[in-house]
Amino acid sequence: MTASEKKSVAGRSLPRVFVAALIAVLSICWPGSPASAQDDGAEGVDGEATESISGTLRTRDEAGETIFVEGVTFFVFDADGNEVGSAVTDAEGVWSISLPSAGVYSVQLDESTLAEGISLRNPENNPLNAVEVQPNTNKATLFPLGERAASTSSTWKIAQLLVDGIKLGLIIAMCAIGLSLIFGTTGLTNFAHGESVTFGAMIAFMFHMVYGAAADFEFFGLFKLWSNGRLLGIPGTNSLVFAGIVAVILSGVSGWLFNEYVWKRLRNRGASLISALVVSIGLSIFFRYVFLFQFQGRARFYRDFQIQSQVSFKYFAVAPKDLFIIFFSIAVLIGVGLALQKTRAGKAMRAVADNRDLAESSGIDVESVIKWVWIAGSALAGLGGVLFGMTENVNWEMGFRLLLLMFAGVTLGGLGTAYGALFGSLIVGVFIQVITWPAWFPADMKNVGALAALVLILLIRPQGLLGRRERIG
Amino acid sequence: MDFGALLDISWGSVLDNTLRGLIGEQFIYFALAAIGLNLHFGYTGLLNFGQAAFMAAGAYGLAIITQTVSPLINDDEGIFRLGISDGWMFVIGVFFAVIVFPVVLAFLMGIPTLRLRADYLAIVTIAVAEIIRIFLRSPRWDWLTGSSDGLGGFSGTFYDLSPFDPGGRYLFGLFIGNQMFLVIVGWVVLAISVLLCWLIIRSPWGRVLKAIREDEDAVRALGKNAYSYKMQALVLGGIFGAMGGMIRAIGFSLAQPDNFITDVTFFVWVALILGGAGKVFAPVIGASILYGVLNFTDVFLRQSVAKGVVSENILSGTQVGQVRFMLIGLGLALLAAFRPQGIFGNKEEMALDDR
Repeated sequence: MTASEKKSVAGRSLPRVFVAALIAVLSICWPGSPASAQDDGAEGVDGEATESISGTLRTRDEAGETIFVEGVTFFVFDADGNEVGSAVTDAEGVWSISLPSAGVYSVQLDESTLAEGISLRNPENNPLNAVEVQPNTNKATLFPLGERAASTSSTWKIAQLLVDGIKLGLIIAMCAIGLSLIFGTTGLTNFAHGESVTFGAMIAFMFHMVYGAAADFEFFGLFKLWSNGRLLGIPGTNSLVFAGIVAVILSGVSGWLFNEYVWKRLRNRGASLISALVVSIGLSIFFRYVFLFQFQGRARFYRDFQIQSQVSFKYFAVAPKDLFIIFFSIAVLIGVGLALQKTRAGKAMRAVADNRDLAESSGIDVESVIKWVWIAGSALAGLGGVLFGMTENVNWEMGFRLLLLMFAGVTLGGLGTAYGALFGSLIVGVFIQVITWPAWFPADMKNVGALAALVLILLIRPQGLLGRRERIG
Repeated sequence: MDFGALLDISWGSVLDNTLRGLIGEQFIYFALAAIGLNLHFGYTGLLNFGQAAFMAAGAYGLAIITQTVSPLINDDEGIFRLGISDGWMFVIGVFFAVIVFPVVLAFLMGIPTLRLRADYLAIVTIAVAEIIRIFLRSPRWDWLTGSSDGLGGFSGTFYDLSPFDPGGRYLFGLFIGNQMFLVIVGWVVLAISVLLCWLIIRSPWGRVLKAIREDEDAVRALGKNAYSYKMQALVLGGIFGAMGGMIRAIGFSLAQPDNFITDVTFFVWVALILGGAGKVFAPVIGASILYGVLNFTDVFLRQSVAKGVVSENILSGTQVGQVRFMLIGLGLALLAAFRPQGIFGNKEEMALDDR
């Protein structure tokens, strides 16, 4: 047994207890376990009926802002074609119809009640047949609406795309810095990094929308941990800001845990980089499906800042929350850049990423640097997840979808460099949006543009824009 | 938990499904794809995470030729009126599925990446597989690919050859007629593939591949063109993957883009690593065990939920499928961490090692 192993055995008991406690709390509190699947507050479920069918009718305007559609009538028919009930969507687009029993129903949207300019994306799916409702559950149904007719705002398309692209690029950059630094310091291509992004977004959702909307939540029946949606009754603890802070902290903790209990052990056992890469893929699949299991497949939205009217500038319009995301991300990324440039820890990180052996022989504690890279990288990924959830939605595979874009950004900038990740991600974000500028370019192919650019850059300059030749081996 | 209800589970159907997993169609598709991946990774050391794209090439090669191209060149309204029979179109489709599409794809994938280090190859192959899937999904090329609904209805020609009674049950009632035919054809293809793979690896050409895996620089120093050998390996492995995808498409009589998501590639990896990369029989045994275990857990859990062994509050019917994926993920991580050589692999020769 080597010295380092002895140390880790001796120091194991305290973190173990902490880990166990954290897992216990998380598993008890997690949203969307089947018993409490419907209490996320966003769906407006009728509390009295034991079985119901419900939904939220929403669409998006040109700029991608969510709009809830009010005053649309829904009917539910049973298997024999008899009407069971009807409902009209409220101001938040929510409708719910309680049912006499579990069974198979069909749901019809009354298209004559849809406002002008809004239409069903799939008119052939109305009525929605064979909707199966299990006992004691609420069945959520989805009626996707088509794009609203183009509004007559005088935005200049390229400027608008540029602003959207910068926002996306900043979020990708925030998520990707950890990916790049982890690669630089340990050589690991971490495919599970996308799940850190999803983790942050989901923790924020849990604190903001589950506890934040719950009437009361008791801590093992001992005392009221949450009352009226507020932690110990403290005002403001049901806001997304508070939930975001919790999410960043817990993401950092998760990074530390994974380094301590998975990656450090693999390194100490001398596992090869390729088996570590395969381990990360396994973990990515595992956690992705844990998220799906707990959270279910649909997209969710944060309550705060959900609907905002756009602020119009001369050439583009942007919602205040997106403006906030842009400036906040810039501030965070400048902070990260300064920390890497000026602080001892930041310099040590860059030194280890640059040349591990040289850093170690000049007295830098490499393991400690790697630990902090994991903590900071995961916390940034979690923050990126919260911001991405704010601007798009929260769902179980959001991080995995972002992962390929992160890889594109990091490869473009140069794998293993911090500034390269930043720079490359920004370019990828802008590229994805701007590529849709020509009207003939199909919007659903825009990610293909970024991935194709990734393949191309490897042909022309495989070390990336800021990378050095010898890295590609 | 009501363990008394364990007796109510119909163990016969659990057993049937487990056996079907061990030797049935799914095992065949994945075993073929894993044989291809074994050539890529096990023998040449290429980290190909885009095997699903090769499977899609096989499925769509057949589907596009028989469903999109055939009406264009044969029908009265078409561009030409060649009048080629459905049977011959199916043969042409198989040729495109097994040779043309995967070879083109291998070149597209290999040219930018094969000179790069292993982990770059992993990223790029995943990216290419996603590009292809998004392309297949896009409504813009609906006339060619059928977008997200895919193309279907091309298996009739194949099943017409079946000597089995479509309504009958065969092999202790495990398979119905058409399935039995598909499975037998699949076994034959699989057997030929394993034999071929064995012969290839014993040949001087195969020894060069293994040498590339061990030390590419040494191979270059001996005057071999490592890049060209890697490309040949990528093409050959891709052809096996395409055969798997094609048989899968015939089995479902459908080629659909979402059957070829990234997770499918990961399934193939689990099958390969489970058996042990770098062994001829490993992909076959790995795929068999993988699908045996998956089908067992799937049916067992579903029955447990239905009969009340596990309360619906803990696990609902739709969540059973998700548990399968969790098992795969966890299994892959644990295998790679604790037994990278798999069941049959040799730790000295092949332990998912650096190269």
